[in-house]
Amino acid sequence: MTRSLLIVQRELRAFFGTWSGYIIAALALLIEGLLFNAFALGSQPKFSAEVLSSFFYFSSGITMVAALFLAMRLIAEEKQAGTIVLFFTSPLSERELVYGKFLSAFIFLTVMHIISLYLPVLILINGKISLGHLAAGYLGLSLIGAATLALALFCSTIASGQLIAGILATCLLVTMLIMWILAGVVEEPFKALFSYLALHNDHFNPFSQGLVNTKHIIYYLSVIIFCLESSVRVLKVRRWQG
Amino acid sequence: MITVRGLAKYYGAYQAIEALDFSISRGEIVGLLGLNGAGKSTVLKILGAFLVPSAGYAEVAGCSIADNPQAVRRAIGFLPDSPPLYHEMSVDAYLAYVLRLKVGRLSRAELERQRDEALDRTALTAERHRTLGELSHGFAQRVGIAQAIIHKPPVLILDEPINGLDPVQIVEMRDLILSFRHEHTVILSSHILSEITRTCDRILILDQGQLVAQGAEAELAKSMRGDKKITATTAQDPQAAVATIKKLNGVDAVACQQNARGEYELTLQATADVRSQVAQQLVAYELLALSTAEAGLEALFMQLVSAAPRRTGEQA
Repeated sequence: MTRSLLIVQRELRAFFGTWSGYIIAALALLIEGLLFNAFALGSQPKFSAEVLSSFFYFSSGITMVAALFLAMRLIAEEKQAGTIVLFFTSPLSERELVYGKFLSAFIFLTVMHIISLYLPVLILINGKISLGHLAAGYLGLSLIGAATLALALFCSTIASGQLIAGILATCLLVTMLIMWILAGVVEEPFKALFSYLALHNDHFNPFSQGLVNTKHIIYYLSVIIFCLESSVRVLKVRRWQG
Repeated sequence: MITVRGLAKYYGAYQAIEALDFSISRGEIVGLLGLNGAGKSTVLKILGAFLVPSAGYAEVAGCSIADNPQAVRRAIGFLPDSPPLYHEMSVDAYLAYVLRLKVGRLSRAELERQRDEALDRTALTAERHRTLGELSHGFAQRVGIAQAIIHKPPVLILDEPINGLDPVQIVEMRDLILSFRHEHTVILSSHILSEITRTCDRILILDQGQLVAQGAEAELAKSMRGDKKITATTAQDPQAAVATIKKLNGVDAVACQQNARGEYELTLQATADVRSQVAQQLVAYELLALSTAEAGLEALFMQLVSAAPRRTGEQA
């Protein structure tokens, strides 16, 4: 655990010590602000709760893209730079490495979410929303962000470079997003299966409307743990393959 | 300190190393010598618990690599062929990070003491606040050594530590490695014969994944069966005498070529001192000079590595 925290510390320093972290955060927040103004507020009168739901809907997309950019480099960059040797010749387990990397990116993503709080606070000041809705929405954003991070981290583990990791992660993410479209064109039992596997639609929308259901939390946690444990397994297998 | 028995590693169908057997005692500096692709890096990666062997047994500091890789990792300092550096970090921050990664929790005073010691030993104190990305290759290589020794491991594994260094840096690196004698057990790899012989107590020669010879430089030279290189210079072309010389007892090979001065140089590989018989054969061709020298390690190395046809598609 100590070593995982050490990795978290170093990664956060790398995120905040280089331009890449700031660029990802600034772009995400800029686009989020623009979308909030153009679509969430819109030109038609709306209830505050509707504005907030729209905000979480757009934020979820931005969160996924930002998570993808943050996580695709986590392991692939170490492989490219040759620094992965440092971990593999230190008394550090593959699990400590993977969870440390994941945690660092998750903390960075959470910081971005905290900064974005000013937008719903504007709704809170000028309208009427419940804090429960706000909390549920941010819980949803954190879960979908963490799931995307885990997915991209897995791609970063299997890819030899950042670019390939990014392409793989995008393909996997898009596949998991369009599952709900596939669910609309196939018969049961695939309909239910695809619908359940879709990363966004059925699982995220309730959060954006202020509803928290355990089954959606369990879905996201399952995706996160599955991807992280698969990453651990890939790194262990690498010791055999060379 | 290091024991290897029947060690083999496959990359898919490709066999990088096969059935290696050797051991290294505490405090020894041992060199792995071989051409590119001989399997040196694979051996070092296995000893560093970085790779799992496909077959065989390896033990470092009393711990099995297969059964207890974490204990092995605690007992080693590893320098890969390219030092594993984070270019945005300072030398100080990087070494503190590596030390914590190796030993876990430790007090600030202890961290600073061990870091200062590593900086001092690798003559990096003046560079400690510089960013790693700004360092020259020589300094970067020294930081690589510093990260390997910072936690005072009993075993040091250094993959091509002099690779890419200029002549002055090579001398400095050699002195640094020699200073580890008796304090650490060192296994290092190189394809530069002269450096291995200057730095190491013992040499393991690898060729195409096999250990073809091992021993101290003097022992290896002896294994040339007392081979000698005899050189004769004549003013006239001795081609007519070459066939007779080739038939002399103890002569393995003869080569003749004309030098820039128009003289003829005859080079013999022989297992016995046949200078007097050679002189008798060459006197009619105005023999100008005749000398002999023991065949060195270089001749042995060339003999060992050129015996088998080269492999292709090598990974290590």
